[in-house]
Amino acid sequence: MTATRVPRRDHAVATRRSSFSAGDRVFRAVSVTAATVVLVAMAAIAVFLVIRSVPAIRQDTTNFLTTRAWLPEEARPIFGIAALLFHTVVTSALAMIIAVPVAVGVALFTTFYAPRRLSAGLGYLVDLLAAVPSVIYGLWGFFFLAPNITGLTLWLSRWLGWTGIVHYRLNNTPNNLSDLTAGVVLAIMILPIVSSITREVFRQVPRDQVEAALAIGATRWEMIRTAVLPFGRSGVVSAAILGLGRALGETLAVAIILAPAYTISVHLTEGGGITFASNIALKYSEASELGIGALLGSGLCLFAITLGVNFGAQLLIRRRKEA
Amino acid sequence: MAMSIDVSGLNAYYGKFLAVRDVSITIEPRSVTAFIGPSGCGKSTVLRSLNRMHEVIPGARVEGKVLLDGEDIYGPNIDPVNVRRTIGMVFQRPNPFPTMSIFHNVAAGLRLAGTHRKSELQDVVERSLRGANLWNEVKDRLSKPGGGLSGGQQQRLCIARAIAVQPQVLLMDEPCSALDPISTLAIEDLIDELKSTYTIVIVTHNMQQAARVSDRTAFFNIAGFGEPGELIEYDDTSTIFSRPSNKQTEEYITGRFG
Repeated sequence: MTATRVPRRDHAVATRRSSFSAGDRVFRAVSVTAATVVLVAMAAIAVFLVIRSVPAIRQDTTNFLTTRAWLPEEARPIFGIAALLFHTVVTSALAMIIAVPVAVGVALFTTFYAPRRLSAGLGYLVDLLAAVPSVIYGLWGFFFLAPNITGLTLWLSRWLGWTGIVHYRLNNTPNNLSDLTAGVVLAIMILPIVSSITREVFRQVPRDQVEAALAIGATRWEMIRTAVLPFGRSGVVSAAILGLGRALGETLAVAIILAPAYTISVHLTEGGGITFASNIALKYSEASELGIGALLGSGLCLFAITLGVNFGAQLLIRRRKEA
Repeated sequence: MAMSIDVSGLNAYYGKFLAVRDVSITIEPRSVTAFIGPSGCGKSTVLRSLNRMHEVIPGARVEGKVLLDGEDIYGPNIDPVNVRRTIGMVFQRPNPFPTMSIFHNVAAGLRLAGTHRKSELQDVVERSLRGANLWNEVKDRLSKPGGGLSGGQQQRLCIARAIAVQPQVLLMDEPCSALDPISTLAIEDLIDELKSTYTIVIVTHNMQQAARVSDRTAFFNIAGFGEPGELIEYDDTSTIFSRPSNKQTEEYITGRFG
């Protein structure tokens, strides 16, 4: 540009600049607004939950955190989240243990092993799993998986029986509508989101990293271990957290499979249970003012857990990056 | 150590596109051979065919023979993984593993090959880093990530990583094109030292570099866009740059195109 030599042109450049900065201003306003809306919505939900739940929790005659019962309509209201917390954590943890390795495997297969056509088809099919409504998963779990999970239960109790977390009472009528079944169904439900994000992360692995590993004589699996997994680690963690968020909040499928039971048993194969989300879904329609407040209190706990998990995951990712 | 490479009738494809046609060339052990030519002439493709890296690109394949000391690396019972252990490669952009320390970057190939004894790894890492003229600069920070080094140091780290597995041949794909002149000089000096041990093939865009570092030079060219690249002339570097026998070579080295 020779703008400095000719004053008039200089002026023209200046006006064009200002029109650029008008575009900048608009873009900035739009993005700031979007970010603010998200924050305000989060804050509004939190404030709403606190305002509505604190008075209700005050009327609780027992400890809200440790009680295994949900009777806010009694003359002496008794309700607590212990059982909700327990079953929510157990079913979601099971779902993660099952889904994350499978999702990573599917993602690795589609990005590095499958022929191109098969990989596209498989990716599409996995994504399609996300489009199935959760009520279908619930019904499938109830009518198909539960009657057929006995084999898995027996196998688990044979190998993990010593831990005490699975036992199968042969003399009892098998009750397969347990945390185990719910966890398996949740695993299938979160599989698509975890796997498709993981797949996209693996696709971003720089070509030169892949070639660097191959050039020093890495086999395909060694290449994945040296170049792909270290690069994708934080992305996989993020994908798992998104999946966990869905598992923690899943309502209908869990409500269909688990008969409400406010008990805590270390046996994954014990029938019945209740989670935060399924409890709210089952109780809210016939709840009193106090009952609604109590349910919102449990919702606040779920909200806090989700935030905590996300925060923990961020810390984990950051620490890995520094190391 | 060093082995000779004998290429005959090499055709390289990307899908249906024939990128390189009928290349035959013999590369002597313990020498530096430079591949020069304009962009798109297939010199990198030929280089990548020499250690079976060409085929890692989806749809890419090779026809013809590449004999390493008489054995065809495209033979039916040959594992490309072993080929790449024997024929190391350094890339255009320095590509150390970003999550690994300097030490582990150099040791990566050995660990893949099954060496895990700490003392042995330490010996090889030191020897390789010395071989790459990097030891004195990094010996006090071997546990720091390799990504923290300068571009030139990273490239020497990549050379150390490549020679750590004691290959017979070292392929270099424009190893200095992302580096400043001083780092380039360091790499060129290193190539001169390495050729006493290894057979070196280097692709370069820089004709002065080819003239400085190589013993033999191969000139590749394409007839036009979409046409396959071909080997035009292959001779002693001094001959190529003083009295080339082909008119295209002469025009290229005198800067009339490319």
